[in-house]
Amino acid sequence: MKTIEEIKAAIEAAVPGAGVEVVPNPSPSAQHSLRLEPERAVEVARFLRDDAELALDFLSNVTGVDWPDREVAEKVKVTRTVTKIVEGVEQAAEETAEETQKRVEPGYLEVVYHLFSVEKKYGPVVLRMRTVNRTDKVELPSLTPVWRSAEFQEREIYDLFGVFFTGHPDLRRILMWEGFQDHPMLRDYVEPDDFEYEPTAHDEVLARAQAHEAAVAGREGTGVGQ
Amino acid sequence: MTVSGAIRKMKPEGWNRPPLVKLDSEGELLEIAMGPHHPSTHGVFRMNLTLDGERVVGLKPEFGYLHRNHEKIAESISYLACMPYTDRLDYICSLTNNWAYALAVEKLVGLEVPERAEYLRVILGELTRVQNHLGATGFLIQDMGASGTPLMYAFKEREKILDLFESLTGSRMMCNYMRFGGCRVDASSAWLDAARKVVAGLPSFVGEFESLLCTNEILMARTQEMGILRRELAVNAGVTGPLLRASGINYDLRKVDHYGIYDRFDFRVPLGEHGDVYDRMMVRLLEVRESIKILEAALKDIPGGPVMDSKAKNRGLRPKPGEAYGRIEAPKGELGFYLISDGGPNPYRYRVRPPSLINLTILEDMCLGHSVADVVLIFGSVDIVLGEVDR
Repeated sequence: MKTIEEIKAAIEAAVPGAGVEVVPNPSPSAQHSLRLEPERAVEVARFLRDDAELALDFLSNVTGVDWPDREVAEKVKVTRTVTKIVEGVEQAAEETAEETQKRVEPGYLEVVYHLFSVEKKYGPVVLRMRTVNRTDKVELPSLTPVWRSAEFQEREIYDLFGVFFTGHPDLRRILMWEGFQDHPMLRDYVEPDDFEYEPTAHDEVLARAQAHEAAVAGREGTGVGQ
Repeated sequence: MTVSGAIRKMKPEGWNRPPLVKLDSEGELLEIAMGPHHPSTHGVFRMNLTLDGERVVGLKPEFGYLHRNHEKIAESISYLACMPYTDRLDYICSLTNNWAYALAVEKLVGLEVPERAEYLRVILGELTRVQNHLGATGFLIQDMGASGTPLMYAFKEREKILDLFESLTGSRMMCNYMRFGGCRVDASSAWLDAARKVVAGLPSFVGEFESLLCTNEILMARTQEMGILRRELAVNAGVTGPLLRASGINYDLRKVDHYGIYDRFDFRVPLGEHGDVYDRMMVRLLEVRESIKILEAALKDIPGGPVMDSKAKNRGLRPKPGEAYGRIEAPKGELGFYLISDGGPNPYRYRVRPPSLINLTILEDMCLGHSVADVVLIFGSVDIVLGEVDR
């Protein structure tokens, strides 16, 4: 069995410019993964499947992960020029101070593929792909033409996370119903206020039931949404 | 030639899609929805069939009637609190679900399992396999029209195994027994004796069951050459479990992954040759025989000692950031759990790799060209539980 670096080297030799990157996994399982650039992903996948030495013929698990925007606070050393009065004379001096700067790391959706080899009996080899952002640029290439087992699992990711797989033969919702709007596995998903609550509501259900009734009463008052 | 070798030779694109069926020029196509409330769909599951006369020319499975977003629930509760929820995935085999989840967390945290607990896990896992395969065969024959008797015959033995589960774990089907780094309670010597007694009765029962069914002419005529699954497609479509092995692929995770203590037992992996419904039924029955061998050895060798790792932490578990994918050979195929931890008390991402759902990917390929009555049979031979398909 090859190590993750050897697999990376094999991919780069076979598919020039594939842009593969090793993502280390610090947990005791030590299942490190390879991050692929979406442009060449299908080519890389086909190589992994058909290469006689790697022979990753079995795609076991496909899943999505939502990584929302993250606020990162980091300490930065800032050097700025300040005017100081030294002994009655104005002087320009450089001063270095530590400041905490906050910046927002943009979020993305990630798709993870777990590959095994039935022929060589090893695995898992983990592949990951990232979308550009979480809202409008969510296209990733589908690996269903390479491994059929991705068909239903990619449909599920489309359904629950909203990743759009280009080249998928039958991209429809699978678990939620046709016409459902949102993607429930996103971390900022808000449940729709669209069902009647139980008559003996309590605790948090009671609060939501009251909000629901108030909203319904508001709509009835304005004559909207009836 | 190996499977991958065969794939490398098969170049034309689209070979792994369902084939196009030639239509007769006369007559109209009929579209019918089979299910969700149909006795042969084993739950709430719908197949949208396109029929040319009696012949199936298209089949689209529809899921989600039992969807409760198990994964989202698991991401909002602690690692331990999720254990009872895993019982409800494949509710016929709750103990193997527990095992797969415990294994994934043990990989994530790096826990060892004491020897006695490993033996108990093997005993309970194999008992689960026996009762699942007996039930699956009984249901399959029920779908064939042999109403009642063979199913109840299989359930007679299954009931004894469920009694064992109940006396050890407190529940017949929702066992909630495994823990990270061991098992919840120890088995008494009286329980082990009762298990030995049940296992001692199994071989004669299986022999009788086989001799009643497997050489039955009607059953053979009904199931052979039916719903054939090619081996290249089986691997490419991620099919696992008895379905894969009936197509002739030697891939059993107990042998491949060496998880638990399966290396210590002498057992064989039954393989089919044709990949039809009959082979699937036979592979299941032969697997029961191999499981009995494992059970006999495990019940003989089980050592004393603790059933929980003393360092193991279950309540308030906060794994270090990282991820792990753990999988076992569940009765229905490869059951995997993928966990990502961000260091918090609940999983950042929790994913179940359900064998039942992925084994259904090739349902259309297997059913094309057959009649509606055969679809019932082919679907029954896949052996699914809707609690796991829809999650």
